[in-house]
Amino acid sequence: MKLYCLSGHPTLPCNVLKFKSTWRRCYTMQEVNSALSKIQLVGYSQKIELFGAVQVTPLSSGYALGSSNWIIQSHYEKVSYVSGSSLLTTHPQPMDQASLKNSDVLVLTGLTQIPTANPDGMVGEFCSNLALTVRNGGNVLVPCYPSGVIYDLLECLYQYIDSAGLSSVPLYFISPVANSSLEFSQIFAEWLCHNKQSKVYLPEPPFPHAELIQTNKLKHYPSIHGDFSNDFRQPCVVFTGHPSLRFGDVVHFMELWGKSSLNTVIFTEPDFSYLEALAPYQPLAMKCIYCPIDTRLNFIQVSKLLKEVQPLHVVCPEQYTQPPPAQSHRMDLMIDCQPPAMSYRRAEVLALPFKRRYEKIEIMPELADSLVPMEIKPGISLATVSAVLHTKDNKHLLQPPPRPAQPTSGKKRKRVSDDVPDCKVLKPLLSGSIPVEQFVQTLEKHGFSDIKVEDTAKGHIVLLQEAETLIQIEEDSTHIICDNDEMLRVRLRDLVLKFLQKF
Amino acid sequence: MPEIRVTPLGAGQDVGRSCILVSIAGKNVMLDCGMHMGFNDDRRFPDFSYITQNGRLTDFLDCVIISHFHLDHCGALPYFSEMVGYDGPIYMTHPTQAICPILLEDYRKIAVDKKGEANFFTSQMIKDCMKKVVAVHLHQTVQVDDELEIKAYYAGHVLGAAMFQIKVGSESVVYTGDYNMTPDRHLGAAWIDKCRPNLLITESTYATTIRDSKRCRERDFLKKVHETVERGGKVLIPVFALGRAQELCILLETFWERMNLKVPIYFSTGLTEKANHYYKLFIPWTNQKIRKTFVQRNMFEFKHIKAFDRAFADNPGPMVRPAAGPASTSTPVGLLSSAGVVFATPGMLHAGQSLQIFRKWAGNEKNMVIMPGYCVQGTVGHKILSGQRKLEMEGRQVLEVKMQVEYMSFSAHADAKGIMQLVGQAEPESVLLVHGEAKKMEFLKQKIEQELRVNCYMPANGETVTLPTSPSIPVGISLGLLKREMAQGLLPEAKKPRLLHGTLIMKDSNFRLVSSEQALKELGLAEHQLRFTCRVHLHDTRKEQETALRVYSHLKSVLKDHCVQHLPDGSVTVESVLLQAAAPSEDPGTKVLLVSWTYQDEELGSFLTSLLKKGLPQAPS
Repeated sequence: MKLYCLSGHPTLPCNVLKFKSTWRRCYTMQEVNSALSKIQLVGYSQKIELFGAVQVTPLSSGYALGSSNWIIQSHYEKVSYVSGSSLLTTHPQPMDQASLKNSDVLVLTGLTQIPTANPDGMVGEFCSNLALTVRNGGNVLVPCYPSGVIYDLLECLYQYIDSAGLSSVPLYFISPVANSSLEFSQIFAEWLCHNKQSKVYLPEPPFPHAELIQTNKLKHYPSIHGDFSNDFRQPCVVFTGHPSLRFGDVVHFMELWGKSSLNTVIFTEPDFSYLEALAPYQPLAMKCIYCPIDTRLNFIQVSKLLKEVQPLHVVCPEQYTQPPPAQSHRMDLMIDCQPPAMSYRRAEVLALPFKRRYEKIEIMPELADSLVPMEIKPGISLATVSAVLHTKDNKHLLQPPPRPAQPTSGKKRKRVSDDVPDCKVLKPLLSGSIPVEQFVQTLEKHGFSDIKVEDTAKGHIVLLQEAETLIQIEEDSTHIICDNDEMLRVRLRDLVLKFLQKF
Repeated sequence: MPEIRVTPLGAGQDVGRSCILVSIAGKNVMLDCGMHMGFNDDRRFPDFSYITQNGRLTDFLDCVIISHFHLDHCGALPYFSEMVGYDGPIYMTHPTQAICPILLEDYRKIAVDKKGEANFFTSQMIKDCMKKVVAVHLHQTVQVDDELEIKAYYAGHVLGAAMFQIKVGSESVVYTGDYNMTPDRHLGAAWIDKCRPNLLITESTYATTIRDSKRCRERDFLKKVHETVERGGKVLIPVFALGRAQELCILLETFWERMNLKVPIYFSTGLTEKANHYYKLFIPWTNQKIRKTFVQRNMFEFKHIKAFDRAFADNPGPMVRPAAGPASTSTPVGLLSSAGVVFATPGMLHAGQSLQIFRKWAGNEKNMVIMPGYCVQGTVGHKILSGQRKLEMEGRQVLEVKMQVEYMSFSAHADAKGIMQLVGQAEPESVLLVHGEAKKMEFLKQKIEQELRVNCYMPANGETVTLPTSPSIPVGISLGLLKREMAQGLLPEAKKPRLLHGTLIMKDSNFRLVSSEQALKELGLAEHQLRFTCRVHLHDTRKEQETALRVYSHLKSVLKDHCVQHLPDGSVTVESVLLQAAAPSEDPGTKVLLVSWTYQDEELGSFLTSLLKKGLPQAPS
C-alpha cells in the first residue's frame, strides 16, 4: 500500500502524521482470514434460527451482488432492517419488497449520498465525456472500487463503444483483485437479475465483460508493474483505485496525466468529495468530471417504498428527518411518512413504542385431546388448561399433567407433614351466578330437608337447619359456613360448582 | 387423525421413473417426474391417471419438485405438464433448470428422430413446460402457499442435485432424490441439518453395498484404462453428458498430465463444450477445492480431451497397424493410432452413440468397455454386466461381445453406510426407501430398523404408505402468564413438575392462552368467589389468646414450607387461610375456631380442618 503525501496542505493526510500515536495498525491477511472463517454462509430467504428466540432472514436489497436487507422476527413481532437498497435495474437480483410487509418496526438507513443526482443521467454523462476525451486523443482515468458499479460501467461501455466508434480504444482495469473480481462476478448467476440469470442457461457468461476480455478490448492487470508496462497504449481508459486518490495505482496515473488538458479524470464513486480528493494535485491541467453513480434509494423512492410495505414504525438516522444543511429549503430531501419516523443519533438507545404481549407455545396433541372447549359467546370458546410447561432452547411446550402418584405403601411411618398439600396446585377461577330457586331444588333432590331461604340486601341466605349450615349467596360470591364436617362441605361444594363456570 | 400418505408412481422397489406422491396436512406434492430407461412403451412414464382420471392435474397437486436433471427424475416432465396437463409450479434448482431442458431435448430427438416415435412431446412443449419452473436457491425457504413451504439442501450426486424438505406447520417430509455422502473430484458431499422430519424418503440404489475407498477405485480405473491403451486397445466409457463424465474427465486429465501420455481421449457428444461450460458457470455448486482454485485454473477446461471424430470409431481395431507412408500424413495423428479412450453418451448403452461405438468395438478382445455407473434392467449395459456375451440386436442380429467388460462403481450414490449416515443426520421419525431393488431394500430396511430403531417402509409402485402424525398445536401464550410461570420455574423447589394453569381462548382460528384472570376480564365476566368457613371445636380450657398461640405454634411446626402468621388481633393465617376464634361458647372447656378459605385454597383449608380435628398436641409442661 502506498501513502501519497504532499506537505503543507491543511487537509492532507500527511498532517495526520503529527497524530501518529493515534494511528492504528492495519489488520493482517491472517486476521482477515480468521474473521472470514467465522462467517456462516446463508442465502436469500433462508430462515436462520437464533437461540430459538428469533429468526433472521436475509432478503435481496438490489444494490450489489449479495447485498441484503434483514428481517428479524419472532412469532408475533417483526423488525426489518433496510440498508443500502436499490430499486433500479442493475446487475443484482431485484430488491425483495414484498417480504418487508407487516413490519412492526422498519429501520431505514444507507440511502443515496447524492439524492439530487440521477444515476441514469450520470452514466450517460460518463459515456459522453469518456468518448469526447478519447476522440481528442486524451486518456480517461476512472478512480473506482474493484467491484460493484464497475460491472455496470463496463456493460455500458460494451454497448456504447461500438456505436461511438471507440472499439479500438483499450480499456485497462488495474487492481490486485481485478482478475478475481471479474471471474467471480461470472459464477454467481443465482444472485443476479433475471436477464443475467437466463444467459447462464444458454450457457453464456452473465456479464458482457467476458466478451470484452475475449476480444482483447478489456485487459486487466494486478498492478502497473510487469505486463501492463509492455501492453500500455494511449489513448486509453484506465479503471483503477483507490477512489480517494490517496493510494493505489490511481496516484501514478494522476501524476502521469494531470499535466495535460487532453486527459480527463471521471469520478463515479460517491464516497469521497472529488474536490478534496483532487486538492493535493492542484494545479491540475487535466479535466475533471464529477458524475457520481449512487443507485441507492432516494427520498422519492423511500416514500413509495414505505407506502407499499406500511411498517407500523419507521426508525432512521437523524439526518434523514430534516433537509440537508446545505439545502435547507429542499423539504423534499427528507423522509416523509406517517406516523413520523423516529430518529436516532450515534450511541443513542431508542425505546420503541410497541409492547410484546404474546409468545408462541406448542400444545402437545395428547394435552389438546384432553381439553374441553365450551362456547361462552357466539364464536368464542374457552377451555381451561392445566399442564406442565417445558422450556428448552427458548421453545415452550405444554405437556399433559402427570398422573397423580400412587400413594406409597404404608410401611414407612408417616409424618404429619407428609400430607401437607402442595399449595402450588392451582384451582381455577369461577364465574357465573347461582339461581337460588334452582339451587334449593337441587339441594332437596340430594336429600337435604328443612331448607329455609331468607332474603338479604344483596342476595339470599340458604339455611340448612338440620346440618347447622348457612349458605350466603350473592351475585358474585357464595359463602358456605358449616361445622367441621368434610363430607358435608365437599357435597355442598360440588352442588355449588354445578352452577358455575371454571376458568 | 392427521397423517402423511406416500405413494410411489415410479421408483417404488425399482430404479428409474422416479415419481412419488406425498400428501401432508392436506397438501399434495409430487416428487420427481422421471422416465424409465428400461421400457419403450407406456411403462416408461409414470401412470398419472392414478392422480386423477379426468380433470386437470393442477387441481390435485399443490406443487411438483424435481431433485436433479437426470432423465429418470425429470424425463416425463413435458409429458406430464403439457400432454396430461399441469399448470402449477414446478420447483428445481438453478443448475437443474439450466440443464434439464437440454437433456429433455436430447431425449426427445433420440425418441422421435432416431426411433421414429409418434405422439411424443415436442420441443415447444419442453419450452412451455420450463416456463412453469420456479428456480430455488439452496437453503432458501420457498413459500409455495401460506402453509406449504419447501427448502433445498445440497445433495452432491450431479451438478445442482438437491434434497428437499417439504413442510406444513410442524409436519415435514424430506426427499433426498439421488445423493452422495462422500465428496468426489468435482462435487461436494450431501448435507442436511438435524431437521427431524416425520418421514425421510431416501434413495437406496446401493442399499447393500459398502464401497471401498474412492482412491482405490480411481487407481483401479486408471490402471485398467492405461493397460488397455498400452497394448493398443480402445476404451469405451459410456457416460451421461453431465455428471460422472466431468469427474472422470478430471481424473483422466490429471493422470494423462502426470504420466505424460499422448494417447487421445475423445468426448463423443456435441454437448461436451456446452456441458463443461455449465460447470464453469455454476462453480459454487462444485466442491471446495474447485471453488477455491477456479480463478487460477478452471478444472473444467481440459487440455487432453478433444471432441470426438467419427473416423476414430471406424478405425479398424488394433490388429491392423496404420500403414506408414505418405498417404497417411493428411490424417490427424490421433486417429491413426488405434489406441484411445472415448467417452460416449448415453451411459447405459441403451441408444445413441455409445451403443453404436460399442457395436463396432465389441468384437475385439483387446478393447474394453468400462461401465462407470448403474444400469437399469433391460438396457444393453445391464445385460453385459450380468454376464451376457451374445446380444440380440435389432433385426435378429446377434452381437458377440469379445471385448472386456468392466464395471466400476463411480455413480455418485450414497452406499449403505452413507444412507445410514444421512438418516442419522436428519433424525427422522420414519424412513421410506425408494429408487432401489426390492431385495436390497429389504436388507437395508432391516438394518435401519435394528440399528437406528426407526420404522422403515418400502412400498411398491402404486402402493400407499400411511403414517399417522401427531402435530402439536401452536398457540399464543400471554407473556405475563409465561413469565410468571418461568419465574416460578427458577425457584429451588422447581424440580417437581409444576402445573401451569390458564385459559385457552379460541376465536376463529386464533388461539390464545392467557391467565384465568385475563380471560375473565377480556370476556367482561366477573369472578364468583366461593368461600368456606368451618367451625372447628377444640378442647382447651385455657384462655382464648393462649389457645390461638398454641394453634399458631402447632401449625408453624407442621407447615414448615408455608407462611404461618400470628396477627395482632389474635387471628392466625396460613397463607391466605384465616383462623379466628369464634364468640366464646357456653362450655368453657371447648373453644370454637372459625377456619375460612376460598375455593382456590381448598387443599390447604381442608388439610387444616382435618389436622385441627385431631386436636392440639399436649403442651409441653
